[in-house]
Amino acid sequence: MYTQKVMEHFKNPRNMGEISDADGVGTVGNPVCGDLMTIYIKVKDGRLEDIKFKTFGCGSAIATSSMITELAKGKTLEEGLKITRGNVADELGGLPPVKMHCSNLAADALHAAIEDYRKRQKAKEVNK
Amino acid sequence: MSTTRRINLDHSAGKQVDPRVTEAMLPYMNAYCGNPSSLHTLGQEAKRALEDARAKVAALVDAEKKESIIFTSGATESNNLAIKGIAYRYKDRGTRLITSNVEHMSVVNPIKYLSTKGFETLFLPVDKYGFVILEKLEKELTDKTTLVSIVYANGEIGTVEPIQEISKIVHSKGAYLHVDGTAACGQIPIDVKKEGIDLLTVSSNDMYGPKGVGALYVKEGIRLEPQLHGGGQERGIRSGTENLPGIVGFGKAAEIAKNEISKESARLTKLRDRFIDGLLKPIPYSFLNGHPTRRLPDNVSVRYSFIEGESMLLSLDLEGVFASSGSACTAKTLEPSHVLLAIGLKHEEAHGSLMFTLGKENTEEDVDFAVSLMPNIVKRLRAMSPLTPKELNE
Repeated sequence: MYTQKVMEHFKNPRNMGEISDADGVGTVGNPVCGDLMTIYIKVKDGRLEDIKFKTFGCGSAIATSSMITELAKGKTLEEGLKITRGNVADELGGLPPVKMHCSNLAADALHAAIEDYRKRQKAKEVNK
Repeated sequence: MSTTRRINLDHSAGKQVDPRVTEAMLPYMNAYCGNPSSLHTLGQEAKRALEDARAKVAALVDAEKKESIIFTSGATESNNLAIKGIAYRYKDRGTRLITSNVEHMSVVNPIKYLSTKGFETLFLPVDKYGFVILEKLEKELTDKTTLVSIVYANGEIGTVEPIQEISKIVHSKGAYLHVDGTAACGQIPIDVKKEGIDLLTVSSNDMYGPKGVGALYVKEGIRLEPQLHGGGQERGIRSGTENLPGIVGFGKAAEIAKNEISKESARLTKLRDRFIDGLLKPIPYSFLNGHPTRRLPDNVSVRYSFIEGESMLLSLDLEGVFASSGSACTAKTLEPSHVLLAIGLKHEEAHGSLMFTLGKENTEEDVDFAVSLMPNIVKRLRAMSPLTPKELNE
């Protein structure tokens, strides 16, 4: 059912955990659907200096979370926003069709984290 | 995957055929290749084997006579035949059909289908253990109800329904009781006469017979609208040349089950309770699904908070241990198991369920090995989950 790449990320997820002083946090999904993921980012000079994830969900939810952190680390915010669900699935060698929608939320979580970072920056500007 | 160990703890998904069954089947794929409808010797040998198997299945469920057994292609067909067969045959008497919220899809979907064909259908609620609420059944039964279909024992959470009590209620209004005995039959003794069962679904593979064969017990005097029309086999109720090797194997499996049921059932019950204890005691926020004692001897259904079932079963698979989950993610649909929701679990609790079904070849070592894996699996997944309370990860 899963590719070797998916299983490899499931077994050894990259960048798992929290960033306590994150610059942006994005959560998508819902435990009701069986998938919930949170992405934490640290931004320096417009780049994703650090990124970590926490995920409740099935094998592909965990593998896509892990994969997105690998894809996004070191990229600029604009590059991060361009990473799609399709890119994540492709990098994992594909996902079963039923998982494409429900468990492939990692890109959305990254985008949400970047949006959160920008919102926080804007708030800082206003408060200056 | 990364191991050569293979411990099957998912017997409800598929069982090895008993070697004695395979041996009994072989001649019917070779020398005894006749058609039971033929008059010549070859055909009559086949006919004798067919009737011998019928008698063995009848004996397993204490049917009044062997002719009460109709062979089918399996439990799904038996459930469809019982439900549609009664609904259409007796539609002039009434069009109300009742079932429960914890049935197999091969009961749920025929009932839903009939609701689009002018039948009035009702799904009864269950309590937190999965027992059908009898007061509700009493209230909902009308003299326009022709059929009530209730599972003997739930294949997902193991709960054994009080069939005898249900039967009394159903018969008080003159309805027929169909019982889906797929998971129970061969594992715990069933007596259709004593328990007041009018129609009973029986599956071959669930008792170590071959796949693709099953039966429907139909009490004498009850008529069914045929669902397969053709050459008139199986008293015209189920046409089609009989799957003789499969039926012979099913007969042998039923005979073995009858002889070994009490010993094996006691062995499995002990193993089951050891397994449940081992899965729950060392791990906080872990729970049993279903009733602790009124459950099938092979069924172990548990849940762990804050994590999801498929990731648990993948983790077990990496160690060569095969289980099943109540989560959406393992199924073709996105919803978690309707059975787990019916017993009142929240979606996220249902997603965190893990199911094992024991079988003949399982030993204490198998169960202890699976138990030894769980604390680390749960710990790792909880560390990853945003739902886990902080103190649990410390």
